[in-house]
Amino acid sequence: MNDIVKRSAADIVRDVSAKRISARDVTEAVLARVDEVDDRLGCYLTRLHDRARQQAQHVDERVAAGERLPLAGVPLAVKDNMCLAGTRTTAASKILENWIAPYTATAVQRMLDAGAIPIGKSNLDEFAMGSSCENSALGVTRNPYDLKRVPGGSSGGSAAAVAAFEAAIGLGSDTGGSIREPGAFCNVVGFKPTYGRVSRYGLIAFASSLDQIGPLTRTVEDAALAYDAMAGHDPMDSTSIDRPVEPAASSLRDDLKGLRIGIVKEFETAKLGPEIDALYKRAYEELAGLGAELVEVALPTADYGLATYYLIAPAECSSNLARFDGVRYGLRVDGADVGQMYEQTRAAGFGAEVKRRILIGTYALSSGYYDAYYVKAQKARTMFAQDFRKAFERCDLIAAPAASSPAFEFDSKSDPYSMYMMDYYTIPMSLAGLPALSVPCGYAGTPALPMGLQLAAPLFEEAKLLGAAHAYERATAHAAKGTVAV
Amino acid sequence: MTVKTQYEAVIGIECHVELKTRSKMFCACANEFGGEPNTKVCPVCLALPGSLPVANAEAIRHMIRAGLAFGASIPAFSKFDRKNYFYPDMPKDYQISQYDMPLTLGGTVRYWLEDGTLKECKLTRIHLEEDTGKSMHGGGGDGRIAGSSFSLIDFNRAGVPLMECVSEPDLRSAQEAVGYLESLKRTFVQLGVSDVKMEEGSLRCDANVSIRPAGSSELGTKTEIKNMNSFRSVLRAIESEIERQTAIMESGGRIVQETRGWDEGQGETHSMRSKEEAHDYRYFPDPDLVPIEIGAALIEELRKTIPVLPPQRFAKYREYGMDAKQATQLVDNSALADYYDASVAAGANAQASMNFVLGDLSRLANETGIAASESVVTPAALAELVTLVEGKTINSKIAKELLERMWAGEGSPKAIVEKEGLTQTSDTGEIEKLIDDILAANEKAATDYKAGKTNILGFLTGAVMKASRGKANPALVNELLRKKLE
Repeated sequence: MNDIVKRSAADIVRDVSAKRISARDVTEAVLARVDEVDDRLGCYLTRLHDRARQQAQHVDERVAAGERLPLAGVPLAVKDNMCLAGTRTTAASKILENWIAPYTATAVQRMLDAGAIPIGKSNLDEFAMGSSCENSALGVTRNPYDLKRVPGGSSGGSAAAVAAFEAAIGLGSDTGGSIREPGAFCNVVGFKPTYGRVSRYGLIAFASSLDQIGPLTRTVEDAALAYDAMAGHDPMDSTSIDRPVEPAASSLRDDLKGLRIGIVKEFETAKLGPEIDALYKRAYEELAGLGAELVEVALPTADYGLATYYLIAPAECSSNLARFDGVRYGLRVDGADVGQMYEQTRAAGFGAEVKRRILIGTYALSSGYYDAYYVKAQKARTMFAQDFRKAFERCDLIAAPAASSPAFEFDSKSDPYSMYMMDYYTIPMSLAGLPALSVPCGYAGTPALPMGLQLAAPLFEEAKLLGAAHAYERATAHAAKGTVAV
Repeated sequence: MTVKTQYEAVIGIECHVELKTRSKMFCACANEFGGEPNTKVCPVCLALPGSLPVANAEAIRHMIRAGLAFGASIPAFSKFDRKNYFYPDMPKDYQISQYDMPLTLGGTVRYWLEDGTLKECKLTRIHLEEDTGKSMHGGGGDGRIAGSSFSLIDFNRAGVPLMECVSEPDLRSAQEAVGYLESLKRTFVQLGVSDVKMEEGSLRCDANVSIRPAGSSELGTKTEIKNMNSFRSVLRAIESEIERQTAIMESGGRIVQETRGWDEGQGETHSMRSKEEAHDYRYFPDPDLVPIEIGAALIEELRKTIPVLPPQRFAKYREYGMDAKQATQLVDNSALADYYDASVAAGANAQASMNFVLGDLSRLANETGIAASESVVTPAALAELVTLVEGKTINSKIAKELLERMWAGEGSPKAIVEKEGLTQTSDTGEIEKLIDDILAANEKAATDYKAGKTNILGFLTGAVMKASRGKANPALVNELLRKKLE
């Protein structure tokens, strides 16, 4: 393995900008790494060798011309639910298996404009519905720390690619934990900005009011660089927020002095077993050791998170996924009439979990049930926002587990509910639209597998959140103590 | 002998009107009729994966103006909802519409019947939504879906802004329904919010029709009539449906609540689907669009742009003494009506000005192909001419000649009259002298008159007028002649 692939995005940008190394050199090294390991790991559904080389040449020319590019030469994994013009964009679904996107998502375009190099389109749970990547209809992605285990999901391909040095930055999307949980499983930083901070234009929708694009990286600094490049209003997305973005990369800090960090009373970790309980208690002590004041905060609605989420997200997805009807693009299975064509196309094109959520959502929105389910869930959602607002009166950030266990083995979660429970700690932040991230915080189990600490901040306080995570990462360096198996 | 029950019809109209905007409702594609199929499309209006709608501000302004024109209330808060159902020419398989919080509520449409009777119909609401594409069925079936072997879809119209106006069931006859629709059409054209071309499908309407014993205040079972493609078909379809329902009631039958299609060729309605087959549209707020907040300042700004509207004009013209046909004719030529109103504002007698505007001025416009409003004759100059006639300074014959000279660019009528001494003479002595001369030259005429051939009077009057070079007051000439002859 060429050591170039292990460099952080920040280092690559420094070296490429100073012309100590070319974007081409970085790209060739990473493409070689992909060719070496990805047949075993399956991070990418589509590899973009030609596209990557073209972009590398373009970046080298711009750097030679004196341009300062904030992501010059940074190898990028793009989750395959984001459009990149001219590339296959599948959402890991048979229904879009051969669809070529004719346009580029705003977030992806901003990364490319900043000098990032698209290495490939990474695997995910079909339409981002899942927590293990096992719901991908198009391929298996393995956890680089233990190939018998899942990488997490739904952004498992990007998380694994970054962990296995097949990219320095991976783009993910987080609806209920889909960046943070795979980040934790793969020992990388997974960062979900405030809802509306990064444009969703070109992100294939799962649940519109929750979906948010964010980066997976090996360092907090890299997450900040990616965020700075992507965040900000987009006229193509009316839910993107028109409000100045405080640069995060320049707000990184080395201690937590003066910060009050809330520990959620209801997120009792004892139920996760003694080892994991001890691990999180130690993580909280590490925060305190850096100067933070730990305070207990209440989140009385915590236990209603899953129920709320699994009404709102399926309701929105049942409508968002209606367009995959075989009429204009993607899979079509002919039938005797248009109705039969719809049925056969969707029966063949969608996997079991996608169908399950479409059914739940259709039911929740049906006449006679709408008020009891959807409206009630929306009301519960506002209670989450209120509870967090109240909690943040007592603290600056909240610390919590990112997942309730380390990565599990394939096929070990046989019922959907136990899979849904993986997102128990991440869903409340999603419902409230908060910025949150997971940062490596140690290892648990046999073999020892990575775990993630989740930090969350009030709306729009990404700079503070990343600043604190940076201090934690720098002081503890947990990620560096692990070794990938490839 | 049994007394036959008299029935009255109760009719409400729902009509869809395409708004005239530069771009479509939720994307930047041109909003234009026609064109090669699928040339006015983009990722958004084709509902490609990942695309997002952004609401068109111009369409929202049109809606507010339409609402203000009918005296509707404009709520401070409005939102878009998704109406979910599968249809091949509806790209997202949901329509973005407005469910429970439309842009305008209430209001009254004033309209008139052919005989000039002024009527009112209350509006329930006007809401904003998007149009669908158009399907064309080929391979047999004569353009109908049944029997065709394939269908083609043109999405140029998909996403065109559409306002849906829903009336209260205030209409009592097919004639009233047409009067209401004509008034809507006139108002929208006057406001410039739509071209309202039924032949291009930019106005489409459905009618809810029921009957009840005259004098009853209860509503009967209604049917919804669709497929009416012109005002004439609205008239025929509603008349036919009232007849059908009346026949059922008179034979002791029961009306079934259903949707019925108008068959123009057969001149009757046919059952399309019953209420039991009605869709559950699973409306819910569109999470891709932010709520619309409308401030008082915007409403006031838009209120100032509302011109005098056709029903107000019609009522005023009727007060001026125009017959219903004349008034309608003038209202429907808004440039001429503006011209006419300006002449009245400049001091012209309303009725006298009307005679010129609908008479000689319209004739000149037709002959020369120049609209009155585009001609050199200003409304003020016309007012000057009208005032000269009304003040008996000139007679109508001179006035007619003067108007032609004004049209040819000879300038102010007053100046011409003064320069050429065209002032009407009512000097009795002068006129008697002319009469004496004429009678002397026409002795036989005088004899004939005395013998009872009184129609010779017209000839004699003309001769005197000619001798006066048109300046004599014709009424006075007539009176003095009669005296001399008797």
